[in-house]
Amino acid sequence: MIAVIDYGIGNVKSVANMLRKTGHDSQITSDPLVVEQADKIILPGVGAFDAGMEQLNQSGLLDALNRRVLKENTPILGVCLGAQLFANSSEEGVKAGLGWIDSNVVKFDFSESDKPLKIPHMGWNYVNLDKKHPLFEGVPEPMRFYFVHSYHYACNDKSNILATSHYGYSFTCAVVRNNIMGVQFHPEKSHKHGMQMLRNFAERC
Amino acid sequence: MLLPRVIPCLLLHKGGLVKTIKFKKARYIGDPINAVKIFNEKEVDELLLIDIDATREEREPHYQQIEDIVGEAFMPICYGGGVRSIEQIQRLFSLGVEKVSLSSAAIKNPKIIEEAAERFGRQSIIVTLDIKKMGFRKQYQVVTHNATKNTGQAPLETALRMERLGAGELLINNVDCDGDMMGYDIKLTRQITEVLKIPVVALGGAGSLRDLQKVIQNGGASAASAGSLFVYQGKLRGVLINYPSQSELRALFQEEIL
Repeated sequence: MIAVIDYGIGNVKSVANMLRKTGHDSQITSDPLVVEQADKIILPGVGAFDAGMEQLNQSGLLDALNRRVLKENTPILGVCLGAQLFANSSEEGVKAGLGWIDSNVVKFDFSESDKPLKIPHMGWNYVNLDKKHPLFEGVPEPMRFYFVHSYHYACNDKSNILATSHYGYSFTCAVVRNNIMGVQFHPEKSHKHGMQMLRNFAERC
Repeated sequence: MLLPRVIPCLLLHKGGLVKTIKFKKARYIGDPINAVKIFNEKEVDELLLIDIDATREEREPHYQQIEDIVGEAFMPICYGGGVRSIEQIQRLFSLGVEKVSLSSAAIKNPKIIEEAAERFGRQSIIVTLDIKKMGFRKQYQVVTHNATKNTGQAPLETALRMERLGAGELLINNVDCDGDMMGYDIKLTRQITEVLKIPVVALGGAGSLRDLQKVIQNGGASAASAGSLFVYQGKLRGVLINYPSQSELRALFQEEIL
């Protein structure tokens, strides 16, 4: 069973909808007992970094998540803010992140640019893989995903970079470390590309 | 490479999908879920879903119908119509809607924009301004309640105020262009995009793919939305749900790729 974490932030319903379309049931939950028993975990989320960490802290799920992910190597997929929370910190806030991926989350910086682009980066963009990974197996090319964000990953350990995208400059849009996967875009709202990715997470990761 | 967004606008009326001309003459187009399934196939960028009666009838959004529609949608959906409280916005997000559009409530109670942006993130709060030339001097004014009430407010000042309050995007809809398929109001779009920092979505008047290109290239819009263009075919306006292919869109926006 896949647990979709509901910590009061973000669009959990869309993730469950898209998983259902791939033939996989999920359970939207904020119950640590369900997290303890889940085969896989998805952490969605939209909004501000500190608000996300605050909500996660209050949810009472942190211990269960840390144990399942770090000790028991349960596959977890973070989406958008959910993925950013895996980092050490974010320029958006002052709270510490989960620290699962050695990285910081930084704001799009167009200060050196003649023609600064609009922030947030909103819309469909192409994604380039840095390495092969089951999560992207069979995703139709060219790979397009829906993005809405103002901050992005900056990995300290380059081996954690799974994919990049281009908006003004090239930025990390997917990260991986063993059983921990995070994507900045929204697979649950990205047509056949996102559907294949969620199917992959359910079946191959 | 980010392509400008092209967004079909679907109008809900009495449980079905309709298309209007100058916000009147609602013509039945079909079943919304069926349309969404076709738009899935076409891989549309986003969908705009507007209940054109909710505000005027002073009623709640039709949550069950919205949930059913969103449950079939593989793309982001923005819902608008009858939204006036934080609780309603919360409920819409819980159904799987990505963005909520506020229109008359944003004019009447601007604080709601501030509160909603703070709580749900700016990117998810859209303000829609319906704009119409009014009075003997034919000046642009913001109208509400399906263009039956004139707020007396000028579009530009209202747009700037909405941006300051925290709107993540502004949708501008020229009522006089609605359904005429003669092209967007480029001048009005330009006036607003020149001063706003947030993305502007243009709606009203698109009759060809070239119109979409123009409103983005010349009007400075970040996204182009259209109703008639994506539900009609030919001069006789036979109902046919359609949307340009990815290669057509890439060719159309070659110079706009960011």
